[in-house]
Amino acid sequence: MTLIIEAVVLGILTGSVYALMASGLTLVFGVLDIINIAQGILVIVGAYLSYTLEKYFHIDIILGLLVTIPALFLLGIGIEWAFMRRIKRDRVMISILVTFAVALVIEGLLNFIFTPNYVQLTAPYIDAALPVFGFYLPYIYLFGFLLSVVVLTLLYFLVYRTKFGFGLRASMQDRTAAALIGIDVERVQTVTFGIGVALAAAGGMVFGATNPFNAATSYDLISRLLVIIVLGGMGSLRGALFASLAMLVISDIIDVVWSPVWANVIFFALLIVLLLFRPQGFFGRLEGRKQ
Amino acid sequence: MVRSTATFRKFFSLSGIIVLLLAALAACSTQQNNANSNTTTQSSPILIGASIANSGDFSADGKPTREGYELWADTINKQGGLLGRQVKLDLVNDNSTPAGVTTAYQKLINVDHVDLTVGPFADLTAVAAARVAHRSGYALIEGSGTAVAVFQQGLDNIFSVSLSAKNYLVSFAEYILSLPAAQRPKTAAYSTQQDPFLGPQLDEARSLLENGGVKTVLNQQYPVETSDYTPYAQKVVASGADLVLLGTFTPDSVAYVKAFKQQHYNPKAIIAASGPDQGDQFTGPIGGTKVAEGIFVPNGGWYADINTFGNTQFQKDYIAKYGGSTADISSDTVQAYSVGQVLTQAVTKIHSIDNAKLIQELHSDSFDTLQGPVKFAADGQNTTAVAFLFQWQNGNLIPVYPQNNAQANPEYPKRTWP
Repeated sequence: MTLIIEAVVLGILTGSVYALMASGLTLVFGVLDIINIAQGILVIVGAYLSYTLEKYFHIDIILGLLVTIPALFLLGIGIEWAFMRRIKRDRVMISILVTFAVALVIEGLLNFIFTPNYVQLTAPYIDAALPVFGFYLPYIYLFGFLLSVVVLTLLYFLVYRTKFGFGLRASMQDRTAAALIGIDVERVQTVTFGIGVALAAAGGMVFGATNPFNAATSYDLISRLLVIIVLGGMGSLRGALFASLAMLVISDIIDVVWSPVWANVIFFALLIVLLLFRPQGFFGRLEGRKQ
Repeated sequence: MVRSTATFRKFFSLSGIIVLLLAALAACSTQQNNANSNTTTQSSPILIGASIANSGDFSADGKPTREGYELWADTINKQGGLLGRQVKLDLVNDNSTPAGVTTAYQKLINVDHVDLTVGPFADLTAVAAARVAHRSGYALIEGSGTAVAVFQQGLDNIFSVSLSAKNYLVSFAEYILSLPAAQRPKTAAYSTQQDPFLGPQLDEARSLLENGGVKTVLNQQYPVETSDYTPYAQKVVASGADLVLLGTFTPDSVAYVKAFKQQHYNPKAIIAASGPDQGDQFTGPIGGTKVAEGIFVPNGGWYADINTFGNTQFQKDYIAKYGGSTADISSDTVQAYSVGQVLTQAVTKIHSIDNAKLIQELHSDSFDTLQGPVKFAADGQNTTAVAFLFQWQNGNLIPVYPQNNAQANPEYPKRTWP
């Protein structure tokens, strides 16, 4: 029983971190109609930035977010300006190729700068744990959960309580109509892409503190993130959160109760069944976007 | 219409002749690849091809593998080369996948026309390389394809210079069973990736330990593509086993150690098939060598102080070329260098780089390497390799078993986490 409780608790805590990473991906798709395959490697960039600040400048990994989040925001803006803005037609399909190419370039650069050796973020509180319910809950998972709550709450306010958020939601619904009512759709897209990548910095810090990583780790990350946004409904922030928690909790429970070998099998079988009856995912819209 | 039909026939007759000529030329080219030693000029370098995991899942091992090959090539060239000819490496990225390896070796053999081939990192990729090499009659000497499955392919051209994977944990099992009954652990937990290199190691160890009376309380496998190992570590902790045997590479060995430390779980002994032997890639993320204290790792036959062929010079040359210290030398580098040593001796003995003769020589003779003596069985396994048992003690990874190679007694039971 303790094992199941532990699996549920850790599933929720790690799921929140995946929600952070996946929300950037789904936000970008919702506004730009772009599937950012580079999101996984950008999470790793965030992790490496945190690693660099901690190892060479002795800046705490949480405090380092004050640097890494703005840095990745600017990187995201740069990527959008250089590549995404040029895609004028078949945005979904072509964006997959373009962002995959961007991911490969970034992976090569990371391997060149940091080598393929595994590294992990360190801090005095990473190995410390809180005794609860008969097991020990690592503090870093709690901090990651709190970080996700704070960031996702801020994101919610940005999207639903600000003028920029109004423009963002309008662009998600109908880009042409949004432009007609005076919304600078191009600016909204650029800033949104920057936000999506900035969220990867936060997720990357927590990921790097809980897992050893190198550039190749991004492949497993992006496959999980894509599953999450499909399950949650592409373009839905609420869906990304729900799907992240569901995926991690279900997988962790099956891992400990049954077998790790079957965890992915069961999860993907459930995903297929869900998509058969609800192809838009949990919170996606059934009808397609208007353009 | 009749005229155009005649033209049509003439065109196709001519095309057919051209196609036949091209096919004949291609066949000659392939035979040229297979023969390879007769027409290459004596002054041109000997081209040796290999694929390297510069990216993908094995990229952390690709770099030390490349270093091993490059160091060997530098060494042999300084000594005058092979058969008086300089050695030149042709290294191609394989992205850590069998498909990437297949493409790489097809390019190396059919496009680059390398004279000789040596192996990539890992078991699945070694098999893929050996199959391509086999089709063109090339020998493939490799250092890291040691899984049981590698030697069951029916290929006569694959030669593994390292200890067979199945036997890696045998020394550990023997050590545990040699303990007095009162000290011997009662229960064991096994957790491994579903990998052809790791799985057989744990299966063999489990068989020996179960026969010796150590009860299995957990035996789990998880997919290779896993990135979150927390649930599996949880199950090991929950089992409360006295003994923990992990079939891991570097990232999961780190994850387990960190999880055990966080959960205050202190088994009497922990051994990981791989990971603790990767120097600061292991000790860095877990929090230093103090945390590694007491963790066992098997060794396929090399350590800094071992008295084997060329070991002292190898270490000097490694530090001169790459810096650092002997503690930074990865087992992957040693394996790749050993491949080069076997290749050097075999080619020198037959005084030829003809692959057919090389294969015959490799099957019939014995060789000396950093990892000790090498003699190949018919299926390519190294029949003379010995499994050593290493343990982190006082900040150093040292051999502790068998006793004739030990620098210290094994530390048992393991101390509690710092």
